[in-house]
Amino acid sequence: MSSPSETTDTGTDAGEARTGVIHDLGYRPYGGPRLGEGPVAWSFFTTGLRNTYGLGRSARSKVLPMILLGLMLLPALILVGVLVQAKNILDLDEQIVAYSTYPLTTQLLISVFVASQAPALISRDLRFRTITLYLARPMRRSVYVLVRLASLTVATFVLIGAPLLLMYLGGLLADLPPGRETGRFLGAIVGAALLAACLAGLAALVAALTIRRGLAVTAVIVVLLVSYTVVSTIQGIAVGAEQEVVGEVAGLFSPYTLVNGLQVFLFDSPDATPTPPSSDAMGVLYVVATLLTVLGSIGGLMLRYRKVSP
Amino acid sequence: MGVIETSGLTKQYPRVTALDHLDVTVGEGVTGLVGANGAGKSTLIKILLGLVPATSGSATVLGHDVATDGGRIRALVGYMPEHDCLPADVSASDLVVHMGQMSGLPYAAARERASDVLRHVGLAEERYRPIGGYSTGMKQRAKLAQALVHDPRLVLLDEPTNGLDPSSRDDMLALVRRIGREFGIAVLVTSHLLGELERVSDHVVVLDGGRLLRSSATTDFLHATGSLLIEVQGRPDADRLLGQALVDAGLVARPADGNLIEVEVRDETTPDVVRDLTVDLGLGLVRMQERHHRIEDVFREGGAGSVQPV
Ligand SMILES: Nc1ncnc2c1ncn2[C@@H]1O[C@H](COP(=O)(O)OP(=O)(O)O)[C@@H](O)[C@H]1O
Ligand SMILES: [Mg+2]
Repeated sequence: MSSPSETTDTGTDAGEARTGVIHDLGYRPYGGPRLGEGPVAWSFFTTGLRNTYGLGRSARSKVLPMILLGLMLLPALILVGVLVQAKNILDLDEQIVAYSTYPLTTQLLISVFVASQAPALISRDLRFRTITLYLARPMRRSVYVLVRLASLTVATFVLIGAPLLLMYLGGLLADLPPGRETGRFLGAIVGAALLAACLAGLAALVAALTIRRGLAVTAVIVVLLVSYTVVSTIQGIAVGAEQEVVGEVAGLFSPYTLVNGLQVFLFDSPDATPTPPSSDAMGVLYVVATLLTVLGSIGGLMLRYRKVSP
Repeated sequence: MGVIETSGLTKQYPRVTALDHLDVTVGEGVTGLVGANGAGKSTLIKILLGLVPATSGSATVLGHDVATDGGRIRALVGYMPEHDCLPADVSASDLVVHMGQMSGLPYAAARERASDVLRHVGLAEERYRPIGGYSTGMKQRAKLAQALVHDPRLVLLDEPTNGLDPSSRDDMLALVRRIGREFGIAVLVTSHLLGELERVSDHVVVLDGGRLLRSSATTDFLHATGSLLIEVQGRPDADRLLGQALVDAGLVARPADGNLIEVEVRDETTPDVVRDLTVDLGLGLVRMQERHHRIEDVFREGGAGSVQPV
């Protein structure tokens, strides 16, 4: 059958000439192990996470996420340098910028990262219809959605958490009280995880609804930046008008102010917004709103993908 | 037990009945699924993969129920969609490795299988370039490779020749036949081009408006109405020489358009008789193919007035 000289039908001539010598190796069936749902989902997760930072993709895809990661780390590095070198001169006994304040200061970088990577991870499969190739494999549709979201969330968490880790290590190096520092850092890490989950969930939902890449990037940027700008403007005005409650309610409508408020309420972090939740009721509202944002975007994604035809 | 068995399979969309009480059995080897656009071919394939639920009736693939065991089926089956599904920005090699992993192959095995399979489909150096720059023929090969990477027991190929020029189409059909005969993988392959698949299929199923029009072995076609078209070269009167020799050998042969000879198939040895006589006469056999109008005849007999033979 596979003898190269046997050309009984006209069609194979060109094909055989092209594949040449290699052809007569013949087809080898696969008898090795086949992995189950868990390991496949894990491999899908790590591939997505790596791709978010451009690893395993073209050199060009690495540029933006790596620059953003660098820009996120740079201020932390400088702060640590100052803390370690000039702690005594400046009479410092805590971090120069609080852990929980850092994500607000760098919100533009974080938003750009999420806006550029959510479409790469989410819209891309829909736009090229590569999703069909996934759906035609054993992985269930809901697992596909959750794993994609997990890759984006963890990638965002790494971006937000890396400078915090740097600051924490710098704090220990500068002999800040280790117990207090560790407590604050852990609170900040929980906050970073929740912020990453909110941002990734919202961005993934927008990206899944906006299949065209350019549009998806713009839409996520608009949603995150505009909401933050509007919220912080309202909070500023509310403080001036001594209507703090208005500012506190407004704070629910941007992931950055929302999660920061949650950190103030749950972990007693220093205020980073003009109007953090001041009552227990408002604090609980912040916690509930955070959970609703995460669960709501997961639910929205599930509904969206139910409509995707194979 | 057939590879695929359906019983009363029906798919009702709001406006159309895509499949209408379909009873078919598909065995090993290559089965052609033929029908005009809208006949229900793609719908049948998606139901068989467990991606689209049937309205009523049942189907099994490799002994598994499509309604309850979709995941198991998709682990054993490869699917080549009819529409574009390839991301433009990755190479065929990377994509096929990834899809192998998504089908449960460990990374090293996926790499090895991807390399084998890309060679079999005839993608050479270009496999390392981004798919965005591929011709339609190369894209179809990449789509086929991802359907084969996990060494499935059955492949469902939806219109693999769509959009191909005649020579790429012949290459693709030759590949389809090799998958069924040499690779030992059962194949269900669809086409809206009547008469295209009977050359490579052991069995042909004809759908019309979601209903089974005919299901029969291609050898049945040959015995019933079959004839071969033969083209020889080597001398100006080569066709008349061979025609005479065939008649002398007791076969029914007559001249056909374009210096071809049409010979009626008596039994499965007829092609060998033709080949031997050609060699004896010192002529070159350019082409020997089954006459292509037979599936169109099936449609005419079936009274499917809407079907346009191509
Ligand atoms: N998702 C869908 N919703 C509504 N109608 C559909 C859908 N998919 C297919 N159809 C209809 O079902 C019929 C069969 O379609 P299809 O299976 O794609 O045919 P084929 O693949 O043979 O061209 C067509 O009339 C088509 O319009
Ligand atoms: Mg179709």
